[in-house]
Amino acid sequence: MNRYPLWKNLLVAVVVLLGGLYALPNIFDQDPSMEVSAQRDAVIDLATQTRVEAALQKSGISSKGMSINNGKLLVRFTTSDDQLKAMDPIAAALGENYTQALTLLPDLPGWLSGLGAEPMYLGLDLRGGIHVLIDVDMESALEQALERYSSDIRTLLRGEKVRYVRIGREGEAVIVKFNNAAKRDEASGIIGEEFRSLIIEDLDQGEDFLVKTSLSPSESRDVKKFALQQNITTLRNRVNALGVSEPLIQQQGDRRIVVQLPGAQDPAKVKELLGATATLEYRLADTEHSVEDAVNGRVPPGSRLYRERDGQPVLLKKQVIVTGDQIVDASSGFDQRSGQPAVFVSLDGIGAKRMRRMTNENVGRPMAVVFIENRTTTRMVNGQPEKVRSKVEEVISIANILEPFGRRFQTTGLDSTEEAHDLALLLRAGALAAPIEIVEERTIGPSLGQDNIDQGFRSVMIGLALVMVFMAVYYRVFGLVANLALAMNLILVVALLSLLQATLTLPGIAGIVLTVGMAVDANVLIFERIREEIKNGSTPQASIQAGYEKAFSTIIDANVTTLIAAIVLFSFGTGPIKGFAITLALGILTSMFTAIVGTRAVINLIYGRKRVKSLAV
Amino acid sequence: MQLFKHDTHIDFMGKRKLAMILSILLIVVALGSIVTRGLNLGIDFTGGTLVEVGFPAAVELPSVREKLSAEGFGDAVVQHFGTSRDVLIRLAPQADLESAELSDRAFSAMQGLESSADLRRVEFVGPQVGDELTNDGGLAMLYALIGILIYVGLRFEYRFAVGAVIALIHDVIITIGLFSLFQVEFDLPVLAAVLAVIGYSLNDTIVVYDRIRENFRKIRKGDSEKIINSSLNQTLSRTLVTSMTTLLVLLSLFFFGGEIIHGFALALIVGVVIGTYSSIYVAGSAILMMGVSKADLMPVKKEDEAADEMP
Repeated sequence: MNRYPLWKNLLVAVVVLLGGLYALPNIFDQDPSMEVSAQRDAVIDLATQTRVEAALQKSGISSKGMSINNGKLLVRFTTSDDQLKAMDPIAAALGENYTQALTLLPDLPGWLSGLGAEPMYLGLDLRGGIHVLIDVDMESALEQALERYSSDIRTLLRGEKVRYVRIGREGEAVIVKFNNAAKRDEASGIIGEEFRSLIIEDLDQGEDFLVKTSLSPSESRDVKKFALQQNITTLRNRVNALGVSEPLIQQQGDRRIVVQLPGAQDPAKVKELLGATATLEYRLADTEHSVEDAVNGRVPPGSRLYRERDGQPVLLKKQVIVTGDQIVDASSGFDQRSGQPAVFVSLDGIGAKRMRRMTNENVGRPMAVVFIENRTTTRMVNGQPEKVRSKVEEVISIANILEPFGRRFQTTGLDSTEEAHDLALLLRAGALAAPIEIVEERTIGPSLGQDNIDQGFRSVMIGLALVMVFMAVYYRVFGLVANLALAMNLILVVALLSLLQATLTLPGIAGIVLTVGMAVDANVLIFERIREEIKNGSTPQASIQAGYEKAFSTIIDANVTTLIAAIVLFSFGTGPIKGFAITLALGILTSMFTAIVGTRAVINLIYGRKRVKSLAV
Repeated sequence: MQLFKHDTHIDFMGKRKLAMILSILLIVVALGSIVTRGLNLGIDFTGGTLVEVGFPAAVELPSVREKLSAEGFGDAVVQHFGTSRDVLIRLAPQADLESAELSDRAFSAMQGLESSADLRRVEFVGPQVGDELTNDGGLAMLYALIGILIYVGLRFEYRFAVGAVIALIHDVIITIGLFSLFQVEFDLPVLAAVLAVIGYSLNDTIVVYDRIRENFRKIRKGDSEKIINSSLNQTLSRTLVTSMTTLLVLLSLFFFGGEIIHGFALALIVGVVIGTYSSIYVAGSAILMMGVSKADLMPVKKEDEAADEMP
């Protein structure tokens, strides 16, 4: 007799029940929705909702419902068409202090969401959105660090009154040159005392006495780590300003950042905002020397030649008063006196102190704002990728210092309110520590995402139906049992994916399809064994017993090897491929349960309790 | 229902020379093609920009090309994708334009052609990312093979592990070779499919090896060739039925899964067919040639314990 102990039958029943429950949210529709969030000092309240309602009514768009949740206004629509159409009227009604993001919201009954059940998390290739991989230029971060040190060493030596001949960068080191060994040794001691994270070497080259300082390995590691962290923070701020629901900003490897924006639809705008690294520098203008001379090549030592936006040459002092990373906040508005667009800037403590000192000493003199934009492009030169970094430096405003100022001040001279707004946004997001470059972009439009879901779903269903028909015809009653297990397996995979909130991608759906085909393998192995046993003259009950027993270790071996392939795929793959590996691995695990334990429970129920003359296998 | 008689007595091993010639021929052709023609690598590996645009009605490719070259994309490759309403544009890197901007320009050109054109997909992969991916992909395949070699070596015997890996390499080379021969685009999903083929093909081989091991221990008389032959015959029905169900779902994926998943499904279909063949002919012949015998398998006694744990 083939009987399962009660606990095993209960186990199967409980797994089936839980699987069904957690897979359930996926059959509910997801409403195309809009998530409205407030920026800066704006708030979301019932008044906001009323304004949105009015705007929708005016444009003749019907919403399915609205709710305020966690300080965000959620507007549901019946169709994604309505959702897209509602974008502009809502934006117009709320103004620029609010951002709208397209998203999907499940329409679940309360008891189900109370259980923590959620639908599967769809990847960008299914829901639409923008994926960007950003490379942080670490070489440049190190270079900037060296630049900082060389300027600090200069200040230090001047402060200590140690005379040097020259300070310069040479490769990955800062070299300070002295007239004699005594001076050099003194300086070397002072520098070593002050900058413990530097490696300091004393070198004698003929008449030259040099101190060579370079970054220690731990220091350069810190510089890189900091550059990455600062970039992630900056990108996060910029993405928040874009207003995207559920954005993902994550470190990948030791110099890359992944940005995923589900539902985002304008890749041009996103890339512009993410890719640009802009910063400001405040410098004093050099009024003592002639600009004409400088244009003709005689630039005075302490100064540099810049150009204004209209091409006009300007001579500015090399010394920077304040740089972008000392800016803590920036907002756009209008200058009270002239009514021109302006950017209001707040500085941090150090920046404010320096600004106050400089403006105090230089009232009445002109000060310039230099706008610096870094762009990195990769070009193919003779089949080899080569990075070209271009730096655009423009003087965007030059104005007399009317009165000393410190922490808060304003910059005018911008072309339009839009420009003021963009500049404020870039400044607020902070200066980036190192230039970044977009090295990969994958944008999926919403229509393709939906197509992918539809086609994926259809191929799963058709594949499932084909396999089920085949199994039923080939193995009769046993085939039907295997089909039951197959359906159960599918439900379990969906339930696990929903429970783990693992990302479902198009290759992930392909993995499910493949699982459907391979999951019956265990049953095929078992059923073929049972047939063999019957042919060898065993009784039906003994054949069932022996069939399951003998096929077991084969099934384990066969599945473990596929699992190894899935694990390798998971650890190597990114995004979509990981999705394939996850569904394949989950499918293998659940199929072992359903195909062995599940089918046995049903077979035992059908045949186990009675005398049978023959098996329908 | 039965597709095959249960007591088939096909002399698989007797035809192993013929099978070997066929396999070697296929491998030579595959390798030859890979070396001379190379693979039609997708932008995942080469780097580049690809834009898919959906039009409300069928669109003629010449007009798309004309519009693109007017906008300075003279060397863009244009093709229909799936339907005649979808157009796939591949863009070469341009010297004076930031790579991330290329796609935006191309799409706005398409909007100039038809204002309601719909941006379905943009893929831009920088050259350095593509290079890394190629390396990682190769490494992944290597790791999968090593992992499998170790597992099979532990569970069976080293000759079985070597035999399984020979069968795998056979399958992988022929699958990739077909992609090279017909210049079907080889992209990231296809690579994933090839890795899955490794898993699948092994699955088949393991089942056959399992039976060979069992029979070596059980059947007292008969030489290795006979035992391997009867093992192959006993598992034949299972091998073919599983390949059949897997092929059914893969065909469903190929025909209904959409254009993006085509290459993926194709690689798996080829892999499953080749894998089925190799698990019958290549895997068996390999261990036979390495001289596996009854004595090699006797000391391992642990196998039946695993079976006792079954429900």
